[in-house]
Amino acid sequence: MGNGTSLVVIVVTLANIAGCLWLIWWTSRTRPDEASQGNTTGHVWDGDLSEYNNPMPRWWLGLFLLTIVFGFLYLALYPGLGSFTGVNGWSQISQYEEEVRQADARTSALYEPLAKLSVTELADNRQAMAAARNLFANNCSTCHGSDARGARSFPNLTDKDWLWGGAPETIEQTILNGRVGVMPALGAALGNEGTEQVVAYVLSLSGHKAPADWVEQGKQRFSTLCAACHGPDAKGNPLLGAPNLTDDVWLYGGSPAVLRETVTVGRNNAMPAHKPLLGETKVRLLAGYVYGLSRGDHDNAKSGEGEREKGHERE
Amino acid sequence: MSTVASDVTGMLGSQAQARIHAAYNDGIVRQFVIMTIVWGVVGMLVGVIIAAQLAWPALNFDVPWLTYSRLRPLHTNAVIFAFGGSALFASSYHIVQRTCHVRLFSDRLAALTFWGWQLVIVLAAITLPLGITQGKEYAELEWPIDLLIAVVWVAYAVVFFGTIALRKVRHIYVANWFFAAYIVTIAVLHIVNNIAIPVSLTKSYIVYSGVVDAMVQWWYGHNAVGFFLTAAFLGMMYYFVPKQAGRPIYSYRLSIVHFWALISIYMWAGPHHLHYTTLPDWAQSLGVVFSLILLAPSWGGMINGIMTLSGAWHKLRTDPILKFLIVSLSFYGMSTFEGPMMSIKTVNALSHYTDWTIGHVHSGALGWVAFMTIGSMYALLPKLYGRERMWSLRLIDIHFWIATIGVVLYVAAMWIAGVMQGLMWRAVNDDGTLTYTFVEALAATHPFYVVRLLGGSLFLVGMLIMVYNTVRTIQGSMIPADTPIPQAA
Repeated sequence: MGNGTSLVVIVVTLANIAGCLWLIWWTSRTRPDEASQGNTTGHVWDGDLSEYNNPMPRWWLGLFLLTIVFGFLYLALYPGLGSFTGVNGWSQISQYEEEVRQADARTSALYEPLAKLSVTELADNRQAMAAARNLFANNCSTCHGSDARGARSFPNLTDKDWLWGGAPETIEQTILNGRVGVMPALGAALGNEGTEQVVAYVLSLSGHKAPADWVEQGKQRFSTLCAACHGPDAKGNPLLGAPNLTDDVWLYGGSPAVLRETVTVGRNNAMPAHKPLLGETKVRLLAGYVYGLSRGDHDNAKSGEGEREKGHERE
Repeated sequence: MSTVASDVTGMLGSQAQARIHAAYNDGIVRQFVIMTIVWGVVGMLVGVIIAAQLAWPALNFDVPWLTYSRLRPLHTNAVIFAFGGSALFASSYHIVQRTCHVRLFSDRLAALTFWGWQLVIVLAAITLPLGITQGKEYAELEWPIDLLIAVVWVAYAVVFFGTIALRKVRHIYVANWFFAAYIVTIAVLHIVNNIAIPVSLTKSYIVYSGVVDAMVQWWYGHNAVGFFLTAAFLGMMYYFVPKQAGRPIYSYRLSIVHFWALISIYMWAGPHHLHYTTLPDWAQSLGVVFSLILLAPSWGGMINGIMTLSGAWHKLRTDPILKFLIVSLSFYGMSTFEGPMMSIKTVNALSHYTDWTIGHVHSGALGWVAFMTIGSMYALLPKLYGRERMWSLRLIDIHFWIATIGVVLYVAAMWIAGVMQGLMWRAVNDDGTLTYTFVEALAATHPFYVVRLLGGSLFLVGMLIMVYNTVRTIQGSMIPADTPIPQAA
């Protein structure tokens, strides 16, 4: 804030508060010519409207003055008067940083010993998994669901099917740095008929019925346009996050209509990076939790009736 | 060719004019009073619908026009600007005439404000469900409607201040101070907050961006509460409470202090809506300080109202209208205490974004604004239709009790829900994680949403009783000629 602006803020603020004090003082004075207590001021409106001129209640004046004193004190202690930051040096950023520091200090006893453990070791550590379950509920359940079984566009984490790979270190990488999954729009390249053929072929890969000639033509188109990412056998490529198309597991849905949409307009999906939000230790705990999910640990999470340590009863 | 003829018509004209000028314009007040009741029912019905949707979301039937996001602004616009606005037009036009002892400055401009304001409301009721909105709370209406509002408001100012200028009583009555402050301030707030660049008839972009937009919006939003819903309704209070109690106002000097302090301090309090955001610390602090200093000036109005009644307490036994007015002042006192407390950062850290805020708003909107309006309309209606009193005093009493139970249920449910939400959101486990997921807090809130729906429904039932009582009062009455202005002795 510039000095000029700051000065304006200071002057106008103090002037308004001082104005209130003056107003109280000026109005409290009794003037010789005015109506005494219990008599009206002499003004009459609409036949019967008139006013007494009683003094202001003392307790009310006291309250008014008290709030004004509070106001001055507050403005001395805290930022408020323009660029004057207040004598106790408070700011909301410093308050935030202090609260984070305190919270970290409170939980360091729990997390520090765990920092040395690997993902698989963490997955076998009861205490770590208790915390990880809470971390998952706070940070992951919004998209992947509290039972971790995902939803449309958000992968199921409880099965053995992986987009980017299910090795413990890979899961950790996914959570740490996030992932961006892109399926290019192929509608223009394939045309309507070509799209139908590719869709037929992809459906047939998972054992669904499809017209045989379309499947045959679709297979050829697939090998030129799709195999680069999904592989010649359509089993996918975890380095690119390209899904396996032969297992009847679908991220966006496996109906012909949805497949048509996927092929025509493409897909764009992102898993956000959690390193900046949680730090490495908590991310590794989560990796252990997710790894455990695919291994069949945490049955409670799978059943969808997760009873977290301090969670209260669900309806 | 016809100097005689024109002389004659001129004389007739001036005689007719003299007759009109010797009487108050009661017709415009009658129009606004009826629309107050109509819009009250409509606005509160929409409120009940969205309260039900919060408890059972399927009640939007997957129809875009019925979704919560579109009906909620319809509810707020209908109750604040249609119901509250019509009540303020009605009472300010009635009061400014009676306390200036002169007819309204211009009947035509007054009529323009009536039809213009009703057009604004109808346009709001069409555009908001269609999803046409500026996305600014309490200022959702798009630019063509904003322009119409500005025109109506300027006409309102001309009528009001013109009437003040013509007054036959030297001293300006205290109610008119509050109406004057409200008319001037709302004009400034409305225009500054809605400066936008139109890109089509139904779409515009506000010129402010980022935190400046947020600050302008809440400077507007908070002063809309401060001047539309507080100062103006204090104007209503300063007429109908002493009238109904038959007692003089308690303290003239208290009026002076709390009026000037209220209108100057209120201007600063908006930043308390933006605590712990990117709004600079200094602005947030000023929001805290001025909100707290606002407590005493706000209470000045309550004290003046309640103390006016002292000495006439026995009337509460027989006059249900007075009950509405006194309970209204009590809710006013509660809300204006609660507001400053909620603006303290430590309290705000718990209350902000919870249903506590909704409870606070409705203790003001239902308890203070609607009760004051209902009481005043009951006082005004029989006078406007040449009746001794409302058709049934007993029905007013029943309305009072149903509405009171409704507000108490509503506000208590939202208080409990709000504090519970705040506590659940901030509960932390030993491992530093949040104890509850958002949906758990939502599930815990559900029963209170049902209680809130019940409270709101009771309030609506009360309004329907008012409609019935009003119809029976008006039925068969001859609309009386305008009340003659008493001549100065």
